[in-house]
Amino acid sequence: MFDKILIANRGEIAVRVIRTARRLGIATVAVYSDADRNALHTRLADQAVHIGPAPAAESYLNGGKIIAAARETGAQAIHPGYGFLSENPDFVGQVEAAGLIFVGPSSQAIRAMGLKDAAKRLMEKAGVPVVPGYHGDTQALVALASKANEIGYPVLIKARAGGGGKGMRLVSDPDAFPEALAAAQREAKAAFGDERVLVEKYIQSPRHIEVQVFGDKHGHAVHLFERDCSAQRRHQKVIEEAPAPGMNEETRIAMTEAAVKAAKAISYSGAGTIEFIVDASEGLRPDRFWFMEMNTRLQVEHPVTEMVTGIDLVEWQLRVASGEPLPCTQDEITLTGHAVEARLYAEDATRNFLPATGTLHHLRFPDRLDTATLRVDAGVAEKDAITPFYDPMIAKLIVHAPTRAGAVDGLATALEKTEIAGSTVNLGFLTRLLRDDDFYAGRLETGLIGRKQDVLTKTAPLQERHLAAAIAATSMAEPSDRPNDPYSAIPGYGHFSSLVHKRTVVHDEQLVEARVSAQADGALAIRLGDDPSDQPIIVRRDDPTRIAAWPGHVTVFEGADALTLKVPDRLQSAEDSGAGDRLRAPMPGLVKLVRATVNDMVKKGQPLLVLEAMKMEHTIAAPHDGVIAEIAAEGAQVNDGAMLVRFHEAE
Amino acid sequence: MTVLQSQLSPSSDAYRANFDRMQSLVGEMAEKAALIERGGSDEARERHLKRGKLLPRERLAQLLDVGAPFLEIGQFAAFDMYGGDIASAGLIAGVGRIEGRECVIVVNDATVKGGTYYPLTVKKHLRAQEIALENNLPCIYLVDSGGANLPNQDEVFPDRDHFGRIFYNQANMSAKGIPQIACVMGSCTAGGAYVPAMSDETVMVKGNATIFLGGPPLVKAATGEVVTAEELGGAEVHTRESGVADHYALDDEHALAIVRRIVKNLNRKKTISLDLRKPIPPVYDPREIYGIIPADTRQPYDVREVIARVVDGSEFDEFKANYGTTLITGFAHIYGIPVGILANNGVLFSESALKGAHFIELCCQRKIPLVFLQNITGFMVGRKYEAGGIARDGAKLVTAVATAQVPKVTAIIGGSFGAGNYGMCGRAYSPRFLWMWPNARISVMGGEQAATVLSIVKREGIERKGGSWSAEEEAEFRKPILEKYEREGHPLYSSARLWDDGIVDPAKTREVLALSLGAALNAPIPDTKFGVFRM
Repeated sequence: MFDKILIANRGEIAVRVIRTARRLGIATVAVYSDADRNALHTRLADQAVHIGPAPAAESYLNGGKIIAAARETGAQAIHPGYGFLSENPDFVGQVEAAGLIFVGPSSQAIRAMGLKDAAKRLMEKAGVPVVPGYHGDTQALVALASKANEIGYPVLIKARAGGGGKGMRLVSDPDAFPEALAAAQREAKAAFGDERVLVEKYIQSPRHIEVQVFGDKHGHAVHLFERDCSAQRRHQKVIEEAPAPGMNEETRIAMTEAAVKAAKAISYSGAGTIEFIVDASEGLRPDRFWFMEMNTRLQVEHPVTEMVTGIDLVEWQLRVASGEPLPCTQDEITLTGHAVEARLYAEDATRNFLPATGTLHHLRFPDRLDTATLRVDAGVAEKDAITPFYDPMIAKLIVHAPTRAGAVDGLATALEKTEIAGSTVNLGFLTRLLRDDDFYAGRLETGLIGRKQDVLTKTAPLQERHLAAAIAATSMAEPSDRPNDPYSAIPGYGHFSSLVHKRTVVHDEQLVEARVSAQADGALAIRLGDDPSDQPIIVRRDDPTRIAAWPGHVTVFEGADALTLKVPDRLQSAEDSGAGDRLRAPMPGLVKLVRATVNDMVKKGQPLLVLEAMKMEHTIAAPHDGVIAEIAAEGAQVNDGAMLVRFHEAE
Repeated sequence: MTVLQSQLSPSSDAYRANFDRMQSLVGEMAEKAALIERGGSDEARERHLKRGKLLPRERLAQLLDVGAPFLEIGQFAAFDMYGGDIASAGLIAGVGRIEGRECVIVVNDATVKGGTYYPLTVKKHLRAQEIALENNLPCIYLVDSGGANLPNQDEVFPDRDHFGRIFYNQANMSAKGIPQIACVMGSCTAGGAYVPAMSDETVMVKGNATIFLGGPPLVKAATGEVVTAEELGGAEVHTRESGVADHYALDDEHALAIVRRIVKNLNRKKTISLDLRKPIPPVYDPREIYGIIPADTRQPYDVREVIARVVDGSEFDEFKANYGTTLITGFAHIYGIPVGILANNGVLFSESALKGAHFIELCCQRKIPLVFLQNITGFMVGRKYEAGGIARDGAKLVTAVATAQVPKVTAIIGGSFGAGNYGMCGRAYSPRFLWMWPNARISVMGGEQAATVLSIVKREGIERKGGSWSAEEEAEFRKPILEKYEREGHPLYSSARLWDDGIVDPAKTREVLALSLGAALNAPIPDTKFGVFRM
């Protein structure tokens, strides 16, 4: 076994690998970019090496720097995690050339599975069922269109080198084929530098079921049962589970045997996943699944397998990579209960899942569940930031219970108990999906989310009591270090009446004014309307509303939804509108382009700079004519509320 | 500690009658307070709001921590005086909390006669400063005042404790390290200009605040120069050119936010060297105090029933319980603060006075704050007592009360008559705070006694001249005396003249005392050196 490994990744997977390594007594080396200087994985590892600027291409994808870091720190092996360099055969070659061990399959195996059409041919030869389709080299429109006719519509056009839904088009009508092909090729070229595509039969009401396989360097290969990842949104997995709902022994045997056959066909060593597309229109049947692709790495959703088998897949990866044989035979691997995983993302489900960024000023996961086992694989801690540079995943929550219903209920409960403020997250969406009738009943198919998106993304409306609780939270003085002092312990005292304080919050750009006074028991009486005869809303000190106050804001948690209100800071806003006014960043982001310099005379409406935030570009324009006194630097990463432009005072 | 055992019977007729009477007295005060809290006339408030200003109580609320208590002083100042509509003497003052620190806050009410200073306005401002000085509390002045009330100039300007004393106090408090912060939110003219100018740090509100020694009319009269108030002494001028003010605020809310920030940066910490405990409520409901106090002040009751409804856990460890029993002394806690309590249970005898002096010595030695629950007709009179040296023993108590350096807080819960007022720490003995119950009466002696003494003198005069005085004539003679004493001994009469710091609800005595003590504990407790005790 190794003494020290380097983890060529970031976020939750880096943290997760560190955890197993630490248990096995293996020292860990993290690598980090400028943006991850204080990230959780950087802090947790025994050693951390800086490998470059924030953009992944200059850091986490820079194999040379990573290998140099491993040699410099004396790491014997490199664990690639998932994504980044995990399925890059050239990198594997460089690692091995440097005398280090790559924790994963050989470069040949990766190459064999990297090009989808070649992989399918290989599988077909090995006797694994594949989806009818054309995987040939001819890329001419006419040839591909005629192949599509042969296969039968609807068909799917996919990038040969691709994954993650990029360069993929669904075509249900021959007339639409030419345009869809051109678009797919364009995207494939942009994403992978390879415009070649393949055409496949499109399975209607399909399910995505995959089999976890494991091989060693001694010719053994086993499976660790299946996972169902049918809950997808635009080919992105949202919720994964093991085992697959409705799985029967006959189909499981057929699928797992096919998967082991596939692994053996390429002498696979390490953790891998064979993904199948399944036609479940008549239940799961042994003749209704087809090979789609093999992922030659650890999957994001591997924890559900770990929870139903009790096997630590990262430990197996490390043992196999160090040359040990598989720790178990197939017979010794058992499946117990049901596990469900949800991917918690910083994204705005109400704005078509636009990725979000921000500092997680408040981040609380439940410690445990009463009736199920909870596992939280988080890549960040409270006060850490979600930056625009990387995948905005915050954590994975995995729940294991004796039954599927128990696991699904447990996961929904865990998500409802999770509190995040500082960024927009998909907690509410995930919970509504888990509680959806079809999902709950196990009636899965990959189109489920798309069909029900409207319902699934509908957040709880703001209620007066939420507003009152939020106002109360922003009104309370900081807890005193002398809580028994009479000036702390006698709230709201006045000889014959209590003072009434005016408080203001902003909800959805709307100013909400409230009048607040304290009662003798410490509760606050809050009046939202103007009518003094209105009954106030009483917010007690132990009000059950879950709330997080963070700089300039307050977030109210209702179920798994969060409602964030702005709390105006009079000093800040006065400073902005006062002498020499300032423009501030409306959200955290990257100053992409600066179009004016200091001392420039600018006209009202003139674009001054472009802020890239939440994967969108926001143009910041001059609110009035003026002369620029200060302007942010191009390439600067700025926080919410940071000054972007300051004008010279008007004469 | 010993838990007091109450003998009170809430189902008795006497209890119910007492309760109803006190409840109506408290209700009457609350009604009056509510009217006073409105400040000036509707028109004046409307005018004030039109200028974009917050009303004085809104300013106060905005300045203070939400939910924190406000220990207001002089709420009934100038009540029924100067024609009767000078609410709180045009000035709101008290102890409140800003950013977790107790401060004295003084707020001019420009809706009341332009916030001008009547004699009692000056007296109240000085009283607030005295509280700040004695208790080491930062002073925040929210200034919006036309300055001295000119028709009353002879009673506000020339004397020692008149207008000029405000600035003398500011300078001397500043010298002692007690922060002086001014926030000018309206006019601040002539002498008044020295409030911000003499402050350590000053905020001015754009558009509304002006500071100048002479306003535009005076300037025009004196030099012919025509200038607007804003040009002459606005926030812009004083924060940019003159340096008279330090912070430029866009409006009231901004200004108050700046003041809060200033207080946050004061670097002051309240350090308490007392052995504090965790507060616990009394075993008996404080509202039952209503049922204890008899309508007739001459009717005795056991003051321990009151103590049981004021102190933590109703726990009271008596000192010298069997000696000088008309003065109850003992140790207790109020909201966790250790206190020594002196409470009257009848007229003071030599023994009671000696016991009181002894107890005060103990408390000063141990640095335990003193609480006086005053309900006293006076010292015992008569040949036997004079010969026994009651004046000498009374003097011992008065000496001890006068020179005790621990914080003293007095609540007048019944009568406050004659030398009893002195021995029980009346206003002249500088208690840090002095509060009155609505049923209390204060005068040199009771109305009955005064009428009787004066009748005897009168009768002797008439009879010496050989005349005669009928019972009817005597009754006629007594009536105006009784009325005068009743009127002038009333808490509203007292509070209007700032003989006390305010009238309070007896059910909230515990809170008032705790907040008074809490304010007092901002200042260190010095050692006491007593005067010569006449032995």
